[in-house]
Amino acid sequence: MKLFGRTAQEAMTAPSLSVALPRRSVWPLALAIVVLLAAVLLGAAVGPAGIPLDAVVRIILSRVSGADLAGGLPRQWQDIVWEIRLPRVILAGLVGASLALTGATYQAVFRNPLADPYLIGVAAGAGLGAAIAVVAGWDFSFHQMSPLTVMTFAGAMAAAGVSYLLARVGRTVPVTTLLLAGVAIGSLASSATSYLIISSGDKGLAIYSWILGGFNDSSWQRLWLLVPYLLPAAVLLLAHGRILNVMQLDEEQAQQLGVNVERVKLLLIGLATLVTAAAVSVAGVIGFVGLIVPHFVRLLWGPDHRQLLPLSMVVGAAFLILADVPARTIDAPSEIPVGIVTAFCGTPFFLYLLRLRQRAVF
Amino acid sequence: MLEIRDLTLAYGERVALRDVSLSLARGELLGVVGPNASGKSSLIRAITRVVAPLRGEVWVEGSPVRDLSQRELALRVAVVSQNPSLPEAFTALEVVLMGRTPHLGLLQSEGRADVAAVRRALEQTDAWDLSARRIGELSGGERQRVVVARALAQETPLLLLDEPTAHLDVGHQAAVLNLVRWLCRSEGKAVLAVVHDLTLAAQYCDRLAMLSEGRLVAAGSPHEVLSSEVLASVYCTRVWVFAHPLTGRPVVTPVPDGTAPAGQFAYGQSRLAREGR
Repeated sequence: MKLFGRTAQEAMTAPSLSVALPRRSVWPLALAIVVLLAAVLLGAAVGPAGIPLDAVVRIILSRVSGADLAGGLPRQWQDIVWEIRLPRVILAGLVGASLALTGATYQAVFRNPLADPYLIGVAAGAGLGAAIAVVAGWDFSFHQMSPLTVMTFAGAMAAAGVSYLLARVGRTVPVTTLLLAGVAIGSLASSATSYLIISSGDKGLAIYSWILGGFNDSSWQRLWLLVPYLLPAAVLLLAHGRILNVMQLDEEQAQQLGVNVERVKLLLIGLATLVTAAAVSVAGVIGFVGLIVPHFVRLLWGPDHRQLLPLSMVVGAAFLILADVPARTIDAPSEIPVGIVTAFCGTPFFLYLLRLRQRAVF
Repeated sequence: MLEIRDLTLAYGERVALRDVSLSLARGELLGVVGPNASGKSSLIRAITRVVAPLRGEVWVEGSPVRDLSQRELALRVAVVSQNPSLPEAFTALEVVLMGRTPHLGLLQSEGRADVAAVRRALEQTDAWDLSARRIGELSGGERQRVVVARALAQETPLLLLDEPTAHLDVGHQAAVLNLVRWLCRSEGKAVLAVVHDLTLAAQYCDRLAMLSEGRLVAAGSPHEVLSSEVLASVYCTRVWVFAHPLTGRPVVTPVPDGTAPAGQFAYGQSRLAREGR
């Protein structure tokens, strides 16, 4: 009997061809981590006070290891590197990692290359929350968080939650409906925010500059506004790398391959939204990182999410640290919003890569 | 293996299946035939729980499918859907490996058993040469082989095929159906295949089930189902049925309008006649 030109017997007893599993090389990740470490050093070394690179390395190593390697260096240098620059660099890195990770997750779950972390109204909701906090002039402290932080986070989660509830059809949430609901809720929140900005005089500028975002009030303590969300969410999201690959088929096929699609969607969108909301509440709305970094990684190293998610985190961290350097030095002593730098530097480079590789990457 | 009892299924107001009962044993190849929109694909969607039935039950290997988890169901039933969308940037091998999803835990990576299953599936579908190529570079027929390979890699006792031969040339049609029949005979799989082409279905399937407007109108051997009477009432057109000179199975061909009637025709009730003109 013939099977595709061979007899069944031949086909079944064909000389064993060996299947090589798709190679998942560790080199891209290793390379990205090296770049990230270099970015951290650069970020800690560049600033108004000229501190030599070797001094920066010695200060960091002595603090990390506890050994006294920084002897003889000015006390002031140590404070600048350890208390001012390094928290800022690390916060920028964590926010970059968060946005790139959630961007990659949204792109995978929505199977949409235009998806970014702010897709389902998170940014607009956060902006509205911040505007309300500023206009109301609240002054309270909730677990050492300012009203601005609390309201931003709450606004982001509320917008995403409302979008999700609106998009429910029976027991399912179709991603296209969720996307449209997110856009609608986002517009609604943005228009309310615009009204608050225009009608509140001087406070409007405070709202606007907060929304544009940045890292100028970083501290070691501020990291704790993000880490408790990012760490567990990253573990869970990375664990779903293989499932996200399967979900790149359509939802019906994923379901027929044993994936509980609705539950996975709820879990992944929920985690990504939490992390995004936390990132926005510490650093404002920083654009382009979550959209471009996953595409950049995909262009260079392929679409496998088991690689894409961790690589996006590392590359996103390095990218935002590097983008923050010109943001705080070009116009020193004042700062330009880091979102302007990410868009201005990231986009041309990304477009260059896009033209270079003309094959399907998504 | 598969037992469908009084299945009724609707999309909103539109009833897609009405009181359909069918059963399928190990090693059997059942062809589901019928006109467009007769509910053939809905049958597959109901078995795999993509849509929930209004009434009736589907049992697979002695368990009702509504009691199985998504993963337990995927360990029992594999599906080759019609024109499934595939991510273009992935390689054929990566897509075939996805067939192993129900066998793997969340944190598990593919191991030796998975590689062996994928290798067998690639060999059986002769998709070996495709494995390193990206989906975006494959032709329609090659994609079809990749999807069949993925379903085989899933290693399920029951296989559901939704028009596995659509868009394939006659050589690939024969290859797919030969493979499917071989899987029934040698591996004891139970296969339910939706086939549009009546003649093709008749040559390969052990039994046929004819759906029309969501109802099961005939079931049995190809001879019983592809009778002039059944075809006339279901397809509303003139067809010519004769025995294949080699297999003895029925061959169904349409008769162009204006052809002089000679011999045994299956006369369909024309639309004009039904409208009373």
